[in-house]
Amino acid sequence: MPKIPLSWLAESVALEPGASPVDIATSLAKVGLEEEGIHGSGVEGPLVVGRVMSLVKEEQSNGKTINYCRVDVGAFNDPEGPGHKPDNKVEYPSSKGIVCGAHNFVEGDYVVVVLPGATLPGPFPISGRKTYGHWSDGMICSAKELGLGEDHSGIIVLTSMGFSADDLTPGQDAIALLGLDEKTLEINVTPDRGYSFSIRGVAREYSHATGASFTDPASLPVSGAAGDAFPVLIEDHAPVRGNVGCDRFVARIVRGFDPSAVSPGWMKQRLEAAGMRSISLAVDVTNYVMLELGQPLHAYDLATLTAPIVVRRAVPAEQIETLDDVERVLHGEDLLITDSLGGHGARPIGIAGVMGGALTEVSSGTTDVLLEAAHFDPITVARTARRHKLGSEASRRFERAVDTALPPVAVQRAANLLVEFGGGVIEEIYTDVNNVPAVEAIEMDADFPARIVGVPYTAAQVIDSLTQVGCSVERDGEVLIVTPPTWRADLEAPINLVEEVARLQGYEGMPSVLPVAPPGRGYTHSQLVRKSVARSLAEAGLTQVLTYPFISEARLDDCLLPADDVRRDVIRLANPISAEQPLLRTAVIETLVDAVRVNLGRGAQDVALYETGRAYLGRLVGAIPATYSGTSITPDDVEALNEAIPGQVRRVAGVMAGNRVVSGWDGHATPWRWTDAMAMVEKVERACGVVLEISSEVGERQSTAPFHPGRVAVYRLAGEIVGLAGELHPKVCENLGLPARTVAFELLLDPLIDESEGVLVTASPVSGQVLAKEDFAFVVPASVAAGALVDAVLEAGDGLVEDARVFDVYTGEQIGGGKKSLAINVKMRDADHTLTADEVLEVRNAIIVAAAEKFGAILR
Amino acid sequence: MSDLSPLDAAGVDAAVSDALAAFAAASTLDELKEARLAHTGDKAPLTLANRQIGGLEPSDKAAAGKAMGAARAAMGRALAVRTEELEAERDARVLVEEAVDVTLPTSRALVGARHPIETMQERMCDLFVSMGWEVAEGPEMEAEWFNFDALNFDPDHPAREMQDTFFIDPPSSGLLMRTHTSPVQVRAALERRDSLEEGRGIYVVCPGKTFRTDELDATHTPVFHQIEGLAIDRGLTMAHLKGTLDHFARALFGPDAITRLRPAFFPFTEPSAEMDLRCFVCGGDDAACRTCRGTGWIEWGGCGMTHPNVLRAAGIDPEKYTAFAFGMGIERTLMFRHNVTDMRDMVEGDVRFSQQFGMEI
Repeated sequence: MPKIPLSWLAESVALEPGASPVDIATSLAKVGLEEEGIHGSGVEGPLVVGRVMSLVKEEQSNGKTINYCRVDVGAFNDPEGPGHKPDNKVEYPSSKGIVCGAHNFVEGDYVVVVLPGATLPGPFPISGRKTYGHWSDGMICSAKELGLGEDHSGIIVLTSMGFSADDLTPGQDAIALLGLDEKTLEINVTPDRGYSFSIRGVAREYSHATGASFTDPASLPVSGAAGDAFPVLIEDHAPVRGNVGCDRFVARIVRGFDPSAVSPGWMKQRLEAAGMRSISLAVDVTNYVMLELGQPLHAYDLATLTAPIVVRRAVPAEQIETLDDVERVLHGEDLLITDSLGGHGARPIGIAGVMGGALTEVSSGTTDVLLEAAHFDPITVARTARRHKLGSEASRRFERAVDTALPPVAVQRAANLLVEFGGGVIEEIYTDVNNVPAVEAIEMDADFPARIVGVPYTAAQVIDSLTQVGCSVERDGEVLIVTPPTWRADLEAPINLVEEVARLQGYEGMPSVLPVAPPGRGYTHSQLVRKSVARSLAEAGLTQVLTYPFISEARLDDCLLPADDVRRDVIRLANPISAEQPLLRTAVIETLVDAVRVNLGRGAQDVALYETGRAYLGRLVGAIPATYSGTSITPDDVEALNEAIPGQVRRVAGVMAGNRVVSGWDGHATPWRWTDAMAMVEKVERACGVVLEISSEVGERQSTAPFHPGRVAVYRLAGEIVGLAGELHPKVCENLGLPARTVAFELLLDPLIDESEGVLVTASPVSGQVLAKEDFAFVVPASVAAGALVDAVLEAGDGLVEDARVFDVYTGEQIGGGKKSLAINVKMRDADHTLTADEVLEVRNAIIVAAAEKFGAILR
Repeated sequence: MSDLSPLDAAGVDAAVSDALAAFAAASTLDELKEARLAHTGDKAPLTLANRQIGGLEPSDKAAAGKAMGAARAAMGRALAVRTEELEAERDARVLVEEAVDVTLPTSRALVGARHPIETMQERMCDLFVSMGWEVAEGPEMEAEWFNFDALNFDPDHPAREMQDTFFIDPPSSGLLMRTHTSPVQVRAALERRDSLEEGRGIYVVCPGKTFRTDELDATHTPVFHQIEGLAIDRGLTMAHLKGTLDHFARALFGPDAITRLRPAFFPFTEPSAEMDLRCFVCGGDDAACRTCRGTGWIEWGGCGMTHPNVLRAAGIDPEKYTAFAFGMGIERTLMFRHNVTDMRDMVEGDVRFSQQFGMEI
């Protein structure tokens, strides 16, 4: 995001006197430019001008030659004398002793000296130290050490940077001299405000925020005339989304400038502060104008060009070597600048709006340049920059739309600077291929902003705000006809104008009015039930966690899922964060175990977690209908789209390891058992208001993994499997690093909730009659499910059995192999009278008969 | 010792006095029982004296009977009083002796907790439901159309790029993990648009899980939670948006919460705004405040007037209805409402984190 050196900003807008960088940032935030950072040069004094009084070359044992210098730093000098140890052998004049390894300076040169106590960017604190047998009080600085560029070939000699010796005094502050006191404000430019990618735009916004007077740096006279200068043709035969790739191209020649001329120090300093490198005068000038006005420019070495320049789409697989010395293979949608060496438009010399080519760039021998400023289609540039991963200063600006009126002005400004610092002559005639359509006017009711914002703006206020942002406004009764300025391509509809009025009039003035909604329907059944589920599990001792739904392929193997299990129908992310976890979970347990391990790893021994969330089954991916791409949608479309979205029903899962009840002074520990996992399912059933069928029967493509096949309950609702609960498979525990006998459950929530939607409980009267209790102990084959026996008991009771519950299970020698004894407590009660002894006996006998008939049960 | 005569008034009195003294002297219920047996039991002088009444002259029987009755009554009263006293003493002593150390650990069963992200969502939803709003939800794996197109994101908008969005493989599937809860706005508007024709505005909040391809660190997480609000009605303005946000802020952060809107950009709102809260650590008075970085304000969420193109996408006429929308991060809200300093605490699943919050927030 753009970095704005404040001294540069001040050239276009009157900053409020005494305004700090924070104040300026606060003002800009009011109109929508957010601060991203305030940067300084990183140099803190003392950094002073020094004059080299003496310089003694000393060869070192490592082959290097260093200079021992005595430097006059004015008020910072040591007094006349032998100097600091170990340099106290000779008498030195009032000066400082400094060791320097560079060799591009001589006695008498004015240099930049950083003294002990100062800090250079890095940060590197500077102190006096012993080196190469001398005491060195600081350093003589190179441009790179001061953050003024990449030049580290030698130290800065101020007179060769454009300073006159007459203006320099030893000891003078060099921070201000070199512009290192500059503060730079980095701002976040939102996509709609592309013109703020410039000093010009930010200055205008600052004036909107504060009312300060704004001087448009783009209002400068364009000399000469458009005409038949260097021939340029726009031949776009494949516009992207109907937009021709280039609708304006200005080319202007400057001849005879001095290729050895260097950029002035202030220009280099501003480029660096704005985050760009100084390269050469011609390149620096184009970058400087881009930063100032927002118009990217390119300078070609005229001698390397063959007319005409042709702007066209690339031929697929065509190649270009860009300025960064990378050979790039082009796509048919990339827009190219070409010249006609080897045929009409045959040679690519730049990727339009993104980066120039290496063959035609200005070099150290260039004396004649062709300056280009064009207007390219934002979408073409954005796609190309992304396709080639080549975001540049130019592409960032073109993507957000550049002012279509700028090209001739920006070229003029660049040419003026080039001539000012490098000599040469601007050719009178310049090329301006201009197919820019006129900006369309927007009609808006004068009171529309007031209706949207809720502030009673007057028509005068509306017109004033829109005029300030650069619109021309005509009034036709209650309707305003608004023509946006060329730099505001984002203003396309009345609603865009409303935002301009609102932000210029200030968001602070907006009243606060709480709207009254119509009576609502409250929470849905599903929302209520889910809260109840979550709460009852937490109250049962489980802690809720929210794990990421990303898994590895190996996790499915670790869970022992068979190859044909539905949970192998995974959905894959096209761009996962971690290449190891490219899949979406197909069950919540698959990721919940990770949270268990986090807790175990941190010293917990007893961990009980649950998660309510979605898992994703990919049975529909691959069979998706064509992507919907309309601009509005009907409920039918929604249905079609929803059908294309793979299964992602809500689920609830829990994993419990260690003890449910810990041991203590008043009792022993109780481990989590498979029964607890099932008890949790019961809680979920109660919260959902459903009763599930329990069995050990697995379904087609639905295995009992990751559970212990002999210790898992399979839950069904209307015949469909909706969940599993029990002990995890010993091998799964081993694979996942879980304690042995870890128990778990997982249920689909949505089908359970849907089942009870709209179902009302019909209350039965509660009988006040005396309860009769009977106990039975049945010996049955070991294969008989206790639940089935209980069901038979209830049925045999014919309405008189209120409850039947297994209270003991026994297997052993007394009853023989292959058998078990189930002890059942039965409660009987009638609605309207106390059961007589005969009636109880009758029920008892019916139960015994039914148990015998159905299961071969023998009463012990 | 000769037998006491029922007619020996002095003797009877003495026997009664002995008995009363013995009762009074008994310091336990056992001693009292012994005293009772000694003075009222079968062998007690007064009992034996009482038996003699039958052998007395008829003329003496009445006097003797009366004297003996008085004696028994006196003893009975004294016995009852002393029994009550000693029982009370015993009961009091038992309660003292049975005292326990109530600072010993009591609950040995594991204690559970809700995750604060969920309870925070519920709290937020409760507030809006109390205002008549409804809670709308949608899928987490979403059609690109709902996540972007319907929300006025141009097909070439940079937010559609891979660096932010998890796309589902193959990319031609047109599916992604929703990057915000905003697609639910469009779904909710579609589902409820008929109610607009009946004159009832649409007021919904949409909480839920969202996904972006950020690496987990102290302030970022690839899976996070948002709550969005959407109101569509005749005559809604940005002032109503501000009023709603002010109410929301005060409900969550206290009656002194102060909000600020400043211009911003989102494709699906225009005008758009960022919503800031006055820093409640420094109140805007500390240039060195670490919570607000000295700005005095904390960014809470984005908001604005719903873009007409979004309403059109849901088949709602923007000429007739206006709408506003807002959205904020649940994690972020927790961070500054509860001083959570590291995002990782919210995502790693360490039970110690959730258990600080319990069941409500």
